[in-house]
Amino acid sequence: MEQMPDSSGYYGRFGGRFVPETLYGPVKELEKAYAFYSKDQTFQDELRGYLFDYVGRPTPLSFAKRLTEHLGGAQIYLKREDLTHTGAHKINNAIGQVLLAKKMGKTRIIAETGAGQHGVATATAAALFGLQCVVYMGSVDMARQSLNVRRMKLLGAEVQAVESGSKTLKDAVNEAMRDWVGNVDNTFYSLGSALGPHPYPQMVRDFHRVIGEEARKQIQAAIGRLPDELVACVGGGSNAIGLFYPFLADKNVTMTGVEAGGYGIEGGKHAARFSGGALGVLHGALTYLLQDENGQVAETHSISAGLDYPAVGPEHSYLHESGRVTYTYATDDEAEAAFRLLARLEGIIPALESAHAIAYAMKKAPTMGKEKVMLLNLSGRGDKDLEGRFA
Amino acid sequence: MSRLKNTIEARNAKGQKSFVAYLTAGDPDLEATPALVHALVKGGADIIELGIPFSDPLADGPVNQRAAERALLRGVSLAKILEAVPKIRALCPTTPLVVFSYMNPIYAMGFERFAEKAKAASVDGVLVVDLPPEESLEYRRLLKAQGLDTIFLASPTSNVERLTLVDQCSSGFVYYVSRTGVTGAQTSISQSLDSEMDLVRKTVKKPVMVGFGVSNAAQAAEISAKADGVIIGSAIVKLIENAKSANDAAHELEAFARGIRQALDA
Repeated sequence: MEQMPDSSGYYGRFGGRFVPETLYGPVKELEKAYAFYSKDQTFQDELRGYLFDYVGRPTPLSFAKRLTEHLGGAQIYLKREDLTHTGAHKINNAIGQVLLAKKMGKTRIIAETGAGQHGVATATAAALFGLQCVVYMGSVDMARQSLNVRRMKLLGAEVQAVESGSKTLKDAVNEAMRDWVGNVDNTFYSLGSALGPHPYPQMVRDFHRVIGEEARKQIQAAIGRLPDELVACVGGGSNAIGLFYPFLADKNVTMTGVEAGGYGIEGGKHAARFSGGALGVLHGALTYLLQDENGQVAETHSISAGLDYPAVGPEHSYLHESGRVTYTYATDDEAEAAFRLLARLEGIIPALESAHAIAYAMKKAPTMGKEKVMLLNLSGRGDKDLEGRFA
Repeated sequence: MSRLKNTIEARNAKGQKSFVAYLTAGDPDLEATPALVHALVKGGADIIELGIPFSDPLADGPVNQRAAERALLRGVSLAKILEAVPKIRALCPTTPLVVFSYMNPIYAMGFERFAEKAKAASVDGVLVVDLPPEESLEYRRLLKAQGLDTIFLASPTSNVERLTLVDQCSSGFVYYVSRTGVTGAQTSISQSLDSEMDLVRKTVKKPVMVGFGVSNAAQAAEISAKADGVIIGSAIVKLIENAKSANDAAHELEAFARGIRQALDA
């Protein structure tokens, strides 16, 4: 398989480093440091130590027996990233990036967050390594994910409300980049998804590929072969690329990424980049982007703060264009129904983000034979989503 | 010879500094922009940067962010701004006009179509904030084909290697960002600017204009000492924001520009 990304940070024609000049040097410095530590055995051993002894890896692969029976088709297995410390896959990457920051001698960590899971994970890692932490979060997201705001504060992070634009994830990224551009000397930007300028998409993928590597072994141990289909939700695309990446060469494994369909594609109130987007540049990468005909970035909508973002990680754009991964979407209503169903049938309350993947399984699994196996990434737990939703 | 080169060389020949003025095109509305540009030129601005409003201006501070939001609420777009440029040209026949944009509006229009339209509208140069030289090969080729100058940024984080690359890719002038951070007025000049400018002057052969954080006449005079000129943006945008009417804004801009011109020529 071709090496991705190339030396310029491109996945096919997607990716790159579209940053203001002031950030170009720091981005190259990061690339150099990451290239070194990604091959440094001491760093990798230390990281693995934290992932096993602190994060709680490996996470289990659970057979969803009652969900499978209920849907009456493919056997559904859940990769349980909800069981990591802090409750979502985001911690894999946050520990990796903050450890790297420490090695690079940075003393201050900044992060953006949508659902709050990357913010909580970064605040956690910063506390663990004794570093200062500032998290940017849109005020709309702070209101809908207030539990995570309280967690970040308790962990010692400063949470900065972002009031510009749509007051959601994309605006939090803008604000984090503005902070970074003014504090490049001592500050490390811990970016939470597989997007942004090179090397972020690669680095975030690499820190999350442990999900797919574990799942690959676990499913083989469970059924003696590889699964027929992998499913994951896609916002920026970090949990999806983490699961998919180690299976890319397995041509018989189908892969499906599920974007946020919001109120539906027709009205434009969604975050399904592959259904309504066009090529564009946002936050440092050339990728599929929801935008108007004048190149202004569109305001997105999703019930889930973590998927409510107008661009998608560049490697997903490549996988879409090459046809290796199929991208579809689930609407708010479908995700909410899936959220409830998984709680009742499996005793697992999923994050609303992960519920989008479940919603797809609810439609797809019944059309598949009972001998087929679907492996779904349950990227996070749903405690954060209870507020205002259920009495 | 390009209008940019002419203008800068004319100032240099007289031992004077150039004054580059930035404003967000379409703020408070596109009808007001030609008169506001004209006021700056009458006051003594040599070169005008027309800021293209963008939904996600991540290199801009609050003042320019608000200006972009106001313009976008009015439906201002890159295409409409290019349509308005001939009106500016009619008022300011010899003033170099530089389009100052983020990448996506230009990318969405297409480099080739943008270059043709910009040239037809009598734009002189283009600066794209989030397009570093490394990503700019196709862009430079298509803009050069239309005779447009391509201006790139250099900053305190640019090492000698990058300064050389920026110099090679730039025509017209190089925009030196005086300090790390976003656009917006600062009360003081970066302390390391002096030594940084020594390296810049030694490395960059093209004219160098210094911007970011320059807000008044005293700063302009101080900063221009080691450069070919200064760029002032947010301070101008703020005057427009605070003015009671577009007419008032024009008067204030002209007076402000005159103050800068006098300080530079003193």
